[in-house]
Amino acid sequence: MLEFLKQPWPWYIAGPLVGLTVPALLILGNKNFGISANLRHACAACLPANISFFKYDWKKEIWNIFFAVGILIGGVIAFSFLANPNPIIINENLRTELASYGITNINGMLPQEIFSWENLFTIKGFLMMVVGGFMIGFGSRYAGGCTSGHAISGLSNLQLPSLIATCCFFIGGLFMANIILPIILSL
Amino acid sequence: MKNIDKKIDFETRSLDTVCINESHLEHKWYHNIKYLMVGLLFGIIFIKAEIISWYRIQEMFRFQSFHMYGVIGSAVIVGVISVFMIKKLNIKTIYGEKVEFHDKKFNKGQIIGGLIFGLGWAITGACPGPIFAQIGTGVTVMIVTLFFAIVGTWVYGYFRDKLPH
Repeated sequence: MLEFLKQPWPWYIAGPLVGLTVPALLILGNKNFGISANLRHACAACLPANISFFKYDWKKEIWNIFFAVGILIGGVIAFSFLANPNPIIINENLRTELASYGITNINGMLPQEIFSWENLFTIKGFLMMVVGGFMIGFGSRYAGGCTSGHAISGLSNLQLPSLIATCCFFIGGLFMANIILPIILSL
Repeated sequence: MKNIDKKIDFETRSLDTVCINESHLEHKWYHNIKYLMVGLLFGIIFIKAEIISWYRIQEMFRFQSFHMYGVIGSAVIVGVISVFMIKKLNIKTIYGEKVEFHDKKFNKGQIIGGLIFGLGWAITGACPGPIFAQIGTGVTVMIVTLFFAIVGTWVYGYFRDKLPH
């Protein structure tokens, strides 16, 4: 059983389980699945600065912070006890492309040759970790939600604005991955 | 448990966040443990299905693998069926409350913000949920990315009135 769990899980197991998060949160307490709101709660809790957008009772939304902490603990558990003992398999074209940027160590979830404390103050590292993070936070709030709030939760309730947002997430991602990222990775 | 109804507060909160707490009940803090457990399972799925893998996100945006399309597609199908069933069968929450749904309103933010979010998603391989799981796998530098995601949210809030919506 443990050996089975340690394998990478196929999409047809993981996808439906992710989808079940929507009814689980609704039935447990009328909560709408959406994680980027936590970033807003963090602003409201730490530095509301008299901005009306952050002046609300964030404590009422504390369930979502518990949810995010749960994700973090889940990450620790899966990483410590259910880690895949085999090397990660990635598409050969991607492997070749990454090797041309000098990324050869593909262990783990992120390329360690980029996402490390040492690289934080290089141009490449700054663009990918700092600017990238900024765009996630700014963009998801501007869009009114992220992949969980729009692509999963919103589409589950057949919301047209969520479909528009999801399409834009993809257009932005396609543009970054295929046009801009190769330039950044070549730096 | 006491009923609370702060209409103005609710409107501020629901302004454009999709993550609205619809419940009108107030519980003791430990009731939130159940959300921690759902999050925990969710985090394990994230790691084990490699949804938080930077490589899987790159494959997705290069059309080199079906994996992420399968995950998101099947998640949406299960979500649609679940929401339909909750509405059709009038399923209540475990506290007996009616499950509420609100329609989202379209604004330009979903396009502009969506595009910006997409850029960030492809560059970091993370969305706001996966960042937490990535930190959990020991890539502690992603705390910096999380911090700047919060900064980005704050900057949006600061300039919100001046941005096109």
